[in-house]
Amino acid sequence: MPWNRKDLITIEELSVDEINTLFETADAFKKVLGRKTAKTPALRGKHVVNLFFEPSTRTRVAFEMAAKRLSADVTSLDMKTSSATKGETLRDTVENIRALAADIIIIRHSAPGSAGYIAKILDIPVLNAGDGAHEHPTQALLDCFTLREKFGSLEGRKIAILGDILYSRVARSNIWAMKKLGAEVTLVGPSTLVPHEFEQFGVHVSHNLKSALADKDAVMLLRIQHERQNASAFPSLNEYTSMFGLNKERLAWLKKDAIIMHPGPINRGVEIDSELADSEQSVILEQVTNGLAVRMAGLYLCNGGSAEAVVTK
Amino acid sequence: MPATWIKNGRIIDPKNNRDETGDLFIVDGKISARPAQDILDTAEVIDASGLVVCPGLVDLHVHFRVPGQSHKETIRSGTSAAAAGGFTSVVCMPNTSPAVDSAGTVQLIKDVVHREAVVNVFPTGTITVGREGEALAPTGSLASSGIVAITDGGKCVQNAGLMRRAVQYAHMFDIPVIDHCQDYSLSGDGVMNEGLVSAKLGLRGLPKAAEDMIVSRDVILSTHTGAHIHLQHVSSKTAVEIIRRAKARGINVTAEVTPHHISLTDAEVESFNTNFKMNPPLRSEEDRIALLQALEDGTIDCIATGHAPHTDYEKDVEFDYAPFGVIGLETALSLTLAQLYRSERLSLIGALSLLTHRPAEILKLKKGTLSEGADADVTLFDLDETWVPQDKKFFSKSSNSPWIGQELTGKVKTTIVAGRVVFDGTRILAD
Ligand SMILES: [Zn+2]
Ligand SMILES: [Zn+2]
Repeated sequence: MPWNRKDLITIEELSVDEINTLFETADAFKKVLGRKTAKTPALRGKHVVNLFFEPSTRTRVAFEMAAKRLSADVTSLDMKTSSATKGETLRDTVENIRALAADIIIIRHSAPGSAGYIAKILDIPVLNAGDGAHEHPTQALLDCFTLREKFGSLEGRKIAILGDILYSRVARSNIWAMKKLGAEVTLVGPSTLVPHEFEQFGVHVSHNLKSALADKDAVMLLRIQHERQNASAFPSLNEYTSMFGLNKERLAWLKKDAIIMHPGPINRGVEIDSELADSEQSVILEQVTNGLAVRMAGLYLCNGGSAEAVVTK
Repeated sequence: MPATWIKNGRIIDPKNNRDETGDLFIVDGKISARPAQDILDTAEVIDASGLVVCPGLVDLHVHFRVPGQSHKETIRSGTSAAAAGGFTSVVCMPNTSPAVDSAGTVQLIKDVVHREAVVNVFPTGTITVGREGEALAPTGSLASSGIVAITDGGKCVQNAGLMRRAVQYAHMFDIPVIDHCQDYSLSGDGVMNEGLVSAKLGLRGLPKAAEDMIVSRDVILSTHTGAHIHLQHVSSKTAVEIIRRAKARGINVTAEVTPHHISLTDAEVESFNTNFKMNPPLRSEEDRIALLQALEDGTIDCIATGHAPHTDYEKDVEFDYAPFGVIGLETALSLTLAQLYRSERLSLIGALSLLTHRPAEILKLKKGTLSEGADADVTLFDLDETWVPQDKKFFSKSSNSPWIGQELTGKVKTTIVAGRVVFDGTRILAD
């Protein structure tokens, strides 16, 4: 199964075969990570630039470590202000970085479509580390990789995604990935954050936590952000927690051995009770570990590597 | 000026319900009856066989960026684009820099128009000082300086009390108020239509309710004042329904739609191509069909382009940061023909009325007809010739068009203003 993409921008455009190729490559890298010298020379001599226009220590560090495990040189740039507010265009910024001999660019940007936009401009691989509320493909891949480890396959599994769907790139990428891999997806949260338009993507939409959680194999929580009162989608964090927070009692609404996922960072006591986050059903830290293998796979494949080659190395 | 004899064209004058093959005569810059033989002997002859000869098109809504943003467009480039698109009269919006909120700025624009324009340009003034929505601009002196309407062009007065006074005050001078209908508390920082596609792309939505609220408000203000309010670029099905009911009750509102809103939907935004970013945004297919039906039944009075030039470097950015707006003068005729005439929703007369006498009548411009004695503004076009708009080949200074690379049908061959040919099918002929 080949991977013919220069870039990893969206899950929407990936085929099931491509996703499986990436998973197989990630499987191989996960084995590498288990070795004493957990490093491969796959990207030796390559220069990976992490271009973060939005702060995200987690994702930036995860990409950075993935690139280093592949022996690449890494430069991480935290662009404190967006290029637009500095008067320089995004095109200018990335063309400059390319001119400094970058070989791969990882971009996080608040504007939907921005990663695809620079992928069209540049002749080098571009990996999307989150473009606004649009997509966050490596997060969805690591989430589904984790589900696949737990369940063997996502086929027929029932998964609830709970929280702020409207503004979540994680939700969008996961919807595409889970649907492609055969899972049944239910979105749940307040009506202002979970619009019914999403039903047209082939998922269920619910505002009733109890019925939405019934017989689910997994629940994926999203981080809740509470903005200015008048722009907010719900009255208060307390109200959110009382209606949609996951606690021990509500956990029983799920299947008995259901797993809890969260892309982090967690608001303990808001979207999830602290003890649940650390419980046996939580796979939150496994997600983080898998994120390393999945990002290695993404970097490696976009740079022209093949799954078979990892195994033999 | 010698007379002009346009021979053997398909003469269509929607205002007079005329559609026949024949000759059209221009004498002294006016449409004339057949003149005496000695005049015909020296007349300039234009062979119009196979061509449609219609009144020069009228556009109630263009942005020419003068004064202040001549890197996007000038009066020369904008009126050239108009001429190339078959338009002989355009109404330009006052959202310039400075905004047209004083008689002095109107005079400045008129001076530039006098020097540079190749078609008729009718300026508008603002409703409020600096388009800031806080204090009324001097409507009376603007009116005496020759503006044809007031509007905050691209902005919407949010304070209903202020808008009511603006409408009442302007009514005293018989000056219509033109509105870009948008409630900012609902539209927020949206960048595209709120709906299925915005949900998918993660782009912030501009809900239709933002337009519908102000359309309702304006209908109410017109009801209570009797003043004429013209609603720009209607894009939502609900807004259409509100206007339809208002008109049935005899309320003094008129409305326009753009060629792009009747041709495209928000599905185009999936490419993140910023040439599909406009305000109001491209809506759903249901809305698009409602707009076409509204043109068919007269609920919407005319087509106007909203011609909004922006440079390529301004549009070559992330979708969020690109300016709203697309150019439209050079493609409007082809698109109108495609959506209304070729689709068999309207006759050729019906489709052309939306670009000629109907817009003219909204602002009481003495334009848009081939009646005897009318100004000789005439457009000749080939109904069936195909062409492909190309980047850098527009007469507009900007090329932010959604139609680049797409084949369009219907090509302007000659544009005549006051009896003088200003566009010959390939070039602008200036004095
Ligand atoms: Zn407008
Ligand atoms: Zn406009």
